[in-house]
Parts: sequence; structure tokens; C-alpha cells
Amino acid sequence: MSDDLTPAIDGDEAPNPVRSLLAVHPEATHVTFTPLEGPTQDIATVPPQGYHDFVAGLKRSGFDVFVDLCGVDYLRRRPRFEVVLNLLSYSLRRRVRVRVGLPSDDPLVASVTDLFPGANFYERETYDLFGIVFQGHPDLTRLLMPDDWVGYPLRKDYGVGSVPVQFKGAHQAT
Amino acid sequence: MSDVPNVVTGDLEAPTIEPPGDSGSIDTAATRRRRSVDAWLSGTEEPEWLATATTEGAQELLPATEDPALEIQRGTVVTDDFVLDDRSEAEERQIMNMGPQHPSTHGVLRLQIEVEGETIRRVKPIIGYLHTGMEKTGETLTWLQGPTNVTRMDYLSPFHNELAFSLAVEQLLGVAIPERADAIRVLMTELNRVSSHLLFLATFGMDIGALSMMIYGWRDRETCLDFFEKVTGLRMNHNYIRPGGVAADLPDGWEDDLENLLRSVPVGLSEYEELLTENPIFVDRTQGVGVITPEECKAYGVTGPNARASGVDWDLRKVFPYSGIEKYEFDVPLGRHGDTFDRYLVRVAEVKESLKIVRQVLETMPAGDYRTEDRKVTPPPRKRIDESMEALIHHFKIFTEGFKVPAGEVYQAVESARGELGVYIVSDGGAKPWRLHVRGPSFAHVQALPAMITDSLVADVVATLASTDPVLGDVDR
Repeated sequence: MSDDLTPAIDGDEAPNPVRSLLAVHPEATHVTFTPLEGPTQDIATVPPQGYHDFVAGLKRSGFDVFVDLCGVDYLRRRPRFEVVLNLLSYSLRRRVRVRVGLPSDDPLVASVTDLFPGANFYERETYDLFGIVFQGHPDLTRLLMPDDWVGYPLRKDYGVGSVPVQFKGAHQAT
Repeated sequence: MSDVPNVVTGDLEAPTIEPPGDSGSIDTAATRRRRSVDAWLSGTEEPEWLATATTEGAQELLPATEDPALEIQRGTVVTDDFVLDDRSEAEERQIMNMGPQHPSTHGVLRLQIEVEGETIRRVKPIIGYLHTGMEKTGETLTWLQGPTNVTRMDYLSPFHNELAFSLAVEQLLGVAIPERADAIRVLMTELNRVSSHLLFLATFGMDIGALSMMIYGWRDRETCLDFFEKVTGLRMNHNYIRPGGVAADLPDGWEDDLENLLRSVPVGLSEYEELLTENPIFVDRTQGVGVITPEECKAYGVTGPNARASGVDWDLRKVFPYSGIEKYEFDVPLGRHGDTFDRYLVRVAEVKESLKIVRQVLETMPAGDYRTEDRKVTPPPRKRIDESMEALIHHFKIFTEGFKVPAGEVYQAVESARGELGVYIVSDGGAKPWRLHVRGPSFAHVQALPAMITDSLVADVVATLASTDPVLGDVDR
């Protein structure tokens, strides 16, 4: 593993720390994606059971900057939900994206707040808007929506809808 | 109305209002004046029209019920008045709310603070007061309409929002952007960084107590906004950077405007440095206040000037360059202590570096197209629509159903005025994003506030909060 910690800018030639993690986590799959602009992005797809260990392994191999965590609802696909975690490594100059598929009924995944305290708000937001439960989160409550809100607005089966607005003088017009 | 006593004169018969022209002699200037006075002062009873207009059915306030919780809150019922005596001194902590309506919270942010005397022991930021569901809205807008939505998120650096969104869409599309469009994008985003940091100086100065700084900061920011208005038509929320390039070419005479701007802003900046950096009161209030370490920055996802003030040498423009920004020479200013004062210094230095980039763009602006000529993405020029059936079809397709973007997912980040601004897009191959997620830098900064504020003094909260430069539109989206 220590060889993989050498700085790598071009993903193809240099040793890839994400790939070496796959030896430990055979259940995970991995794609390297080279965009038009910007850095090579590693995308790893992990089942929910191995997610926490995989992220812990990534943190050990240098991805110690928490960037982003969000949910996606693929509605007709199975597994329906996905949690996408973005990590960054200052020393390796790489990004990695971890995708975890979660089932439609009882979407449940381990929280990574013990590894990255910064995941706190992001996991709360994902819980708030998608209803995905993060096991082990210290304070899993709604973040953006009111506490008594019913439903998870960013799910695809939650309509955009509208709120009836009462204008002044509306009763006179009718 | 006629039997109401006249308040001015005291007699009963005075305010008889007769229809004009009835008896000719009454309508003199003196009676008119008296009538108008009567209308103001004698209306002691509720006018009927007012009562009907404010009746709004279901929205009326219900009569106060006998809710015990409410009465305790009002102070009419006292329970447990012996509890205070039982507590030891160490437990004498109280919880206070700062915000959501507080002038120095930069929008609507609420901080729940547990204080022990003057010392803060716990902080919990509570957000969501500005949540408008922009990510959900983004799923209902086409790719071309997308920038109008994202530009409103971080409303102080709208160009960065548009740039991050456009770069992400372009990655999925796989279109190449002309050189001139890239140069214009760099020009506008760097000027935006200047305007945003100038506003930071204004609000930061105001929160610390240097009120004149507020006026100066707003004034200089206005010179940038004037340039934006000339180029894009709007002072804020421009919708100028779009997938495929920019909306319009630079206007005639833009070089002269930019020259004026490049002359005036540094003059002001050196004055502000004298006003603040060399001001002992300002230094005392900011040095060693609200410290955050590089390790905490990493763990909490603190990026941008806030992380660089702690000595984290990381600027996305240098490490993962975009839009050809690697062609321009600039330095990345770093702080050492990670305190409020360093966060201020880093931003002042960044303004100078951004002006350096703007100067280089001004001198090396390439000629050519300002947007891609790929007709699947860019609408054709107006003239072509009259001549070519194909151009008409392209125009029609783009503005009715919008162009389609190949299926895939992409994360694209740019260095905004506040830090890493990332856009995560999932496309299902349709004309609208399947999922649009924006990783706002302020979101992470607000969440990291407890790390900076805990165990400091109440008076330092405002200084620390202002120094992280949060934009609540970016936090709540």
C-alpha cells in the first residue's frame, strides 16, 4: 500500500490507490473516467455492507478531504437510491467518487460521520430530502425542511406541486 | 359620519359633507382644508372598507387558546421557580439564539449558542430558512434554462455558479469551447471574485465595527457591477455563462471600462488596507480569533480562502485548471494562523491576484467566436433563420424541447470566491437533468462554525462568522 501513496497526477501511469483497495474489497467495482477538462475521476461502486470499510480504507490511503455527499433517486432502476460520496486527496491530487446503491424499501447505510465530521450536514440533508437513513449518525434530523414536514421532496415520486396562495380580495371577485 | 363630534372644533354639525355644487358658497378653500383635517382626525371608528379588506378567511389568527405551554412562555404561569437555586455554578449555562433575524448573520442563519458567562460552550448552526428547493427546480428546467436557476444560489458570485454548471454540462456533451469564450469566462469569474471579496470587506468591516468600510466596499463593488451590467445586462443573476459558451460578446469599449476599473479598485484597496490592516482595534478584534486548523479544514470540507488562511496550499485553479486559467500567471496567497485576521488578509491578497489575471486577459483577449458553433447546442444567429430551413429547425428544437445531453453522471468543481463549488449532474439522456446537486462552499463553512467558535467569547462570534463569508442562498439552496 505504501507505494500507492506517491503523488500521482496522470491516473493511467501512476499506481492507483483506489484500484489497490479493490483487492481488499472484491465486492466493489471501479471505473476510471477521464473528462475533457480537469482531473481523472475514479468512480467506485460499493454495496452498502462494505461501504464504511471502503471509505475508511480510502481515508487511510490518502483521501482525507471530505468534499460532498448527496443522494440520487433512480426511480425505475434497482437498487432505486444511490448515495454518492466525493472525496479528495491533497497529497495525491486525485478525486474519488463512491456510489452506494440502496433498495427502495428501507434505504439504510452506515454513516461516515465518525471518519469525516463534515459528513454530518450532508447526511442530514440526504435524509431530509430522500429519506435515506444513515446508521450511527449522531443527530439524524431534518436539516432544510421544517421538522414536521411529511415526505421527502427530492424523491422522484414527490411531485413539484404548488401551494394555494390566497390573495387579498379573492373572495370579492367570486 | 355626520353625527361624529368634530375633534378640531368640538361642535357637532361641522363635518357635514355635502355633494359639491349643491349650494355653491360652501366650497371655499377654508372649508376644503377643514374637511381634509376632519377626515384625518375624526375617524375614530373603524372604517367599513378597512374591515372588509383585511378579512382573509382561513388566514385569520385564531383566538388564543388555553395552551399551558404558551402561557409559560408569556410568563403568566411560573413553574419550578426553585430550580435555579439547586444548580451549582458549573451548571449555570444558558442557551441563547442568535438569529435567524440578526443583522450580522448574512441572511437567515440561526446559531443556537450555549453560554457560560461570556464563554461559548456549544454552538449549533440551524439552517433551512432560505430553502427554496432549487435542486428540485433544476430538474424541471432544460439544460439551457439551468444557469438561470443555479446563478441564484450563491448570489454574490453568480458567474462561478454558471461556470460550474456549464462546465459539467459541456463535459457530458463533449463540446469544445472557443478560446475567446474561455477568456471571457475567466475575465468575468475573476472580476466576480473581486466584487465578492470587496463585499466581504464591506460586511466584515461593518460587523467588526468599522462602519465606514461598509460604504467604501459597497462603492467599489459597484464599479464591478457596472461592468457586469454593461456586459450581461444585469447587475446580479446574469445567466451569462451558458453551456456552449457565453450569452453575448463583450460590448464595444469594454477595454476602456476595464482600464478604469483596474485603475480605481487598487487605489481604494490600498486605502482600505490602511484603514483596517493597520488599525490596532481591528487587529485586536481579529487576531487569534476563530482559529481553524488545516486538519479540521480537511475533515469539515472547508475550502477556498478559509482553508488557505490556515495554510492549506490548495487552489482548484492551480491543481485542476479549467477554462484555460492555467495560461495566466498568478499566485495563491496563503495564511499561517487560520484565524479571522488571516482570512481577511488572504482575501485582500486574492483581490490583487484576480486583478492581475484580469489585466492579462485584457491584454491577450483572443479573437473569434464567443460560443461554440455546434448548432445542436447553440441557437443559430437570427439572420440565418430567415434563410435556412435547417437553422429554423435547430432554433425551434432548442427553444421548445431543448437539446439533449448524453446519459451519464459528472462532478465538476470550480474555485468560487468562497471555495470549491461543485456541481454533480446525473443525466438520463433527456432534455432536463435527472438530478442536479450543487455542493456549495458556504454549506461546509457554516457546518464548520462550531469548530471555530466553541470556547471563544460571545463578542467573537460575529467576527468569526463574518470572516468565513457565508452566503445563505448557497447554504440552503
